[in-house]
Amino acid sequence: MKGRMISLGTAEGEAIVSKEPIGFYGGIDAKTGIVIEKGHELEGKCVKDKILVFPRGKGSTVGSYVIYGLKMNGVAPKAIINKETETIVATGVILAGIPCIDKIDIENIKTGDKLKVEADKGIVEKLK
Amino acid sequence: MYLTREEESILNGEKGEVYEKVFRLLVRLGDIYGADKMIPVGSVQVAGVSYKSIGDPGRDFLEDFAEKGAKVKVLTFLNPAGMDMENWKELGFPEDFAENQIRIMNAFKKMGIVVTATCTPYLAGNLPRFGEHIAWSESSAVSFSNSVIGARTNREGGPSALAAALCGVTPNYGLHLDENRKPNIVINVGAELKCNSDFGALGYHVGKLVKNKIPYFKGIKDANTDNLKALGAAMAASGAVALYHAENLTPEAKIMETKGLENIDVTSKEIKETYEKLNTGKDADIVILGCPHASLREIATVAEKLRGKKLSKPLWICTSKAMKETATIMGYTGIIEKAGGKIVCDTCMVVSPIEKMGYKTTGVNSGKAANYLPGFCKQKVVFNNIDELIKGVM
Repeated sequence: MKGRMISLGTAEGEAIVSKEPIGFYGGIDAKTGIVIEKGHELEGKCVKDKILVFPRGKGSTVGSYVIYGLKMNGVAPKAIINKETETIVATGVILAGIPCIDKIDIENIKTGDKLKVEADKGIVEKLK
Repeated sequence: MYLTREEESILNGEKGEVYEKVFRLLVRLGDIYGADKMIPVGSVQVAGVSYKSIGDPGRDFLEDFAEKGAKVKVLTFLNPAGMDMENWKELGFPEDFAENQIRIMNAFKKMGIVVTATCTPYLAGNLPRFGEHIAWSESSAVSFSNSVIGARTNREGGPSALAAALCGVTPNYGLHLDENRKPNIVINVGAELKCNSDFGALGYHVGKLVKNKIPYFKGIKDANTDNLKALGAAMAASGAVALYHAENLTPEAKIMETKGLENIDVTSKEIKETYEKLNTGKDADIVILGCPHASLREIATVAEKLRGKKLSKPLWICTSKAMKETATIMGYTGIIEKAGGKIVCDTCMVVSPIEKMGYKTTGVNSGKAANYLPGFCKQKVVFNNIDELIKGVM
């Protein structure tokens, strides 16, 4: 799958997929990497070391700092894949140095898929 | 996006890690919004200052940047912090909160940012000119500079504004371009507007209606800059209005075409209903004025009303250090303090932890504050004009 590079880097790991947008501020705990938004489809799941796949960010712009906090606390996802990266997530991944690609057809990715993300080339590959 | 050779070299890391990172951020944001190039900015206002909003991750990020030698290129001011940086103790701000807030301010200062923390930088020494490109963050300041001054800014997030300050440029898109500054809805105001709270109520109502459109007001007979500040702040809070025009009042109104646009009427009935809607509480524990930060004229007005009186409950007027200095010289601060009120600097009721200071119901004359206080600070709200609010705490 080919998309657009938002933030540089490469990563390999297991996908965790949300069909809903994610609001990082008040949505994910920066200390643990656990999704805390009430009623969110990923509530209680941890994003640490996963390839986090979701359509787009939502909510407060302070979310960018939460993404940065996840990285500093060692609980960040290895990479982020979006349908459309908006400014909150773009800001967060660039500041944190988390590889990120958007314009990917995320319906083709399921939780548990093994993925290789080469953000520099804008490529997401499913590994067997 | 077109990049100059120098800009390419920043992106290749020739100016170091910090500049590579922040410039990449500007380029990506430019890509997302279809910018063709970078344009120089005359000044910046950075949001994401209060420890209450940005927390430990924001504090750590800013300290890291400051530590690595990041320095701003243009005149840069800050949005309000979470407390009065000088008198926090006597105002009852918690100690651990203060410690973190001071660390954040020190990091900003190290980067060369003027630590004047205000949502009205244009009153405190950061005044852009008509048509100047700037990168400001706070929504009411963005509205005022775009609409009342005619400067040009998108509503920047904290980090993108900081990036613009460090690089001296911003991507050329959105409200920087002529074609995106045209009105797309006309508001015919039939109501008589007498004070800031009337303008705030109008703004709250219109913001809800038009969301992120650019309204063109007709029928507002007169308004000073305090009234326009109140109007814009409320619209930016209840909606996401970053630019408005007002016939005979704002600089770009004259050149804008309104033929064929949707028209909406606002009468005194809608204003009255907005007052009712915003009043969620009865007796205020505290009255807080100065959202957006009070001008000298607003402080003088309150001082006049409080002269020789005694308040039974606390009253704060939030403003910038610059305004307080002058208010003190003029004796306004003395009159207000003698009555039992306080002039509070560098912060406001929305970004300070008032819910942790024992207050449950807050009296305000600001449509913006009335919009945010229930959610951000768990407050019930008394929304009224200054005379009525003061009566309530006498």
